[in-house]
Amino acid sequence: MFWASYLLAVLAIVLAWPVPILLSRAQWPARSPFTAMLLWQAIALAGGLSMIGAMLVYGLEPIGDNLIAGLRALAAMVLFNAPTTALGFWHIFALSAAALLTAHLVFTLLLTYYKIERQRRRHRELLALLASPSGQDAATLVISHDSPVAYCLPGGARSVTVLSDGLMAALEPAELRAVLIHENAHLSQRHHLLLWAFAAWRQALPWLPTTRLAQESVNSLIEMLADDVALKSESKATLIKAIAIVASGSAQGTGSELAPTASTAALAGLDPGNGVLASDSARTTLRGSAGCCRRSPSCRQRCAAWS
Amino acid sequence: MASLGELERAVMDLLWAGQEAATANTLRDRLAQTSSGQGGAAAHEGKELAVTTVLTVLSRLEKKGLVERERGTRPHRYQAVSSREEHTAELMHEVLGSAPDREAVLARFIGSVSEGEAETLRKLLGHL
Repeated sequence: MFWASYLLAVLAIVLAWPVPILLSRAQWPARSPFTAMLLWQAIALAGGLSMIGAMLVYGLEPIGDNLIAGLRALAAMVLFNAPTTALGFWHIFALSAAALLTAHLVFTLLLTYYKIERQRRRHRELLALLASPSGQDAATLVISHDSPVAYCLPGGARSVTVLSDGLMAALEPAELRAVLIHENAHLSQRHHLLLWAFAAWRQALPWLPTTRLAQESVNSLIEMLADDVALKSESKATLIKAIAIVASGSAQGTGSELAPTASTAALAGLDPGNGVLASDSARTTLRGSAGCCRRSPSCRQRCAAWS
Repeated sequence: MASLGELERAVMDLLWAGQEAATANTLRDRLAQTSSGQGGAAAHEGKELAVTTVLTVLSRLEKKGLVERERGTRPHRYQAVSSREEHTAELMHEVLGSAPDREAVLARFIGSVSEGEAETLRKLLGHL
């Protein structure tokens, strides 16, 4: 029991620091986003459990040979006034910390859910007044707005994909299909649940590097996953152009000068001279001018609500 | 009978289109006009739309913070809190503010586009 608590503490530290930093710097997640997504979920879950577990196991060490026996003895102390003399100050401290951390994580998860749900309800109310159903199907709404915008609003059976007039005008039919498949992939793969969990994880422990890195990576990974679904039926060129147009629209809408430069840079990365993509220079440009969202904390918070 | 949702939409459309605040009576008359004007009885099949129904719709909209009433006058006159464009802008701001970092995601395709696709994209660049 004693050594188990040290091992768990080491695991918690490794999962909170070096592992997420290495994973966020790795190149392979862009090639296999699904594996990377699973890994992030495993890191978050194991990280949280090992943090709580280390404190719990340390605190229970004097009163039980294993976790179950320890928890039984603890329950006897809490519920039936069994003598607590076996526990020292630090044991009680660790047990209280484990209980508080657990409560904090669960509470933050619920609070985040409540906030997201309230924002979505308001959004849905306004959409009911502002948007009209598109010709093709009832779950696709069109809103009158000049910027090219596409997003999905998850809500079980009431999930909708919203497109702007501006987007419909700017995209060719194949590009529009790619965008719709992309948004529907977000809905069918339940990406909003991942965004919710990682937003709550970060909200709960904002000072832990892993929570920020995990949320940023997950935000990108779900886009890659949705892109991959779209690539099954539409060509890469179609998808890239659709993404570039939507990205330029987001930039206009937020008044940011960064994003259009970046998407233009992406396309400028196609070197007209020899027909080969000037990949390295373009990649640096893109990384350097990555959108404003990543930098603003308030906006990151809102990432949880949409995808 | 039209659903409350449809009526809410119709009432908001009228308030957004009109310049001044309107009473529930005026709104009811205009709703009757528009539905007969369009030749369809979609809003209220043959039945007169009751002023109380319009008032119900207005109080629902008021609760949602979309409509406000002038309390000084009787009967109360209602008007939209913000214009249709302002509400749309509010939604778009919410969405765009949380838009994912698409450039970073786009970057993964660079270098992986085939020669043919690169050619297509170069052509498209001219039209952007």
